[in-house]
Amino acid sequence: MTSTAGIEAVFRAEYGRAVAVLVRFLGDIDLAEEAVQDAFATAVRKWPETGIPPSPAGWIITTARNRAVDRLRRESTREARHAEAAQLYAPDAPPEEGPVRDDRLRLIFTCCHPALATRAQVALTLRLLGGLTTPQIARAFLVPEPTMAQRLVRAKAKIRDARIPYRVPRDADLPERVRGVLAVVYLIFNEGYGGREDLCAEAVRLGRVLAELMPDEPEVLGLLALMLLIEARRPARETPDGDLVLLSDQDRRLWDRDLIAEGQSLVRRCLRRNQPGPYQIQAAINAVHSDAPIAAATDWGQILALYDQLMVLAPSPVVALNRAVAVAETEGPRTALALVDALDLDGYHAFHAVRAELLRRTGRPTEAAAAYEAAIALTENPAERAPLERRRTELQGE
Amino acid sequence: MKHYLLSVMQPVGEPPEPEVLEGIMHNLEVFHAELKEAGAWVFAGGLHGPETATVLRADKGDVLITDGPYTESKEYLGGICLIKAPDLDAALEWGRKATVATTLPIEVRPFMGEAEG
Repeated sequence: MTSTAGIEAVFRAEYGRAVAVLVRFLGDIDLAEEAVQDAFATAVRKWPETGIPPSPAGWIITTARNRAVDRLRRESTREARHAEAAQLYAPDAPPEEGPVRDDRLRLIFTCCHPALATRAQVALTLRLLGGLTTPQIARAFLVPEPTMAQRLVRAKAKIRDARIPYRVPRDADLPERVRGVLAVVYLIFNEGYGGREDLCAEAVRLGRVLAELMPDEPEVLGLLALMLLIEARRPARETPDGDLVLLSDQDRRLWDRDLIAEGQSLVRRCLRRNQPGPYQIQAAINAVHSDAPIAAATDWGQILALYDQLMVLAPSPVVALNRAVAVAETEGPRTALALVDALDLDGYHAFHAVRAELLRRTGRPTEAAAAYEAAIALTENPAERAPLERRRTELQGE
Repeated sequence: MKHYLLSVMQPVGEPPEPEVLEGIMHNLEVFHAELKEAGAWVFAGGLHGPETATVLRADKGDVLITDGPYTESKEYLGGICLIKAPDLDAALEWGRKATVATTLPIEVRPFMGEAEG
């Protein structure tokens, strides 16, 4: 007997792969999706009796291909002749890793084509490569289901009608386009960071797929390392009541050691490449944090050096703010406060939280309290507000 | 091959200084020559301003004629270029050259009803 959980696991692992192969075979995303869904429906009926076949991906792809050809033949379209011709050359054996790898890569680049809006890129990536249903994606991005359905239909129609190519961009375009792909995956991860664990897991899974597909792109490894190192802290990030715990206050014994080890080894691989990029540097910063058994043991000098590098490669006020936190630890809160006060981030809650902390440490409690108030007022998530309120209360006791 | 329309989005107002305009016209000629060279050229042309437009409207068996553009806006269609390209990436590459040559935004749109292949 095969459990539903077993089939679900195959679905999660193989859906994107199967859709990617079928898109190449049929040249149509909707047909490919239907065919793969058909094949999984058949699997749900058959596998409980026969058991999961030795190569589930091969089984799904072969079944989907046969279904699609049957359907096209019934409708007797031009595509049917194309598909049948293609089938003559397509062996029934499980697909070679090479072409499949390439197919998934093509599909990711198609989903993240710059001619599609970012939110359509995110939705399509989750749909076609993550196998998430439209209602799941709609829930994750807090939009009504019909809105999300329409967004997906429009994006797929644009791919078809404007003929967005189903291919990996040329070498010359690659760095720019990889950035877009990575941004989409990181966006999915950040969306999940606000409390949607499944989205974080999906982003990490996509990150692993990318790292497997593009092992020579250091930023791809950097993003995966970054996500793994942040994900490793999840068990320590919340109190039992669901309030967020700041990094400096986390019980580091709760961190996931396996994820940290994996993330750190990826960071070391990136260092050996010596082609630093923003994701790699952010991963390295997080690797330094995860090296410290207690917050007081953090190597702030190294973190500051990494932020200096990040300011050169990807300067932004938010990076400058984070850099100031490292300055506070290495050169003292007064120097850091001067840097923070020069930033134009008045609408950003973390700006006021960092300022509050620095004001407290420079012995200006009244101004610190006001800054905490400003941070709290700008924080919409109650779980994020809790640690700020705690700090403000502590301040009254000092 | 598929057909794409590159539309030049021109702002309402005074045209650029003659010497600037001269440079743009030269760049456009170079762009058109490159399209022809690549076999991607179908047709291109600039349009007179929206004040030269006339709108016709079918109305209960009659046709109404009114002076002026169909809609008032800050930008209008300043010219078009019809090209042939194998896919959107290739069309966007031409669009990129067109926006650099004209210094104006370019909208790229595919034509309907063209079979794959």
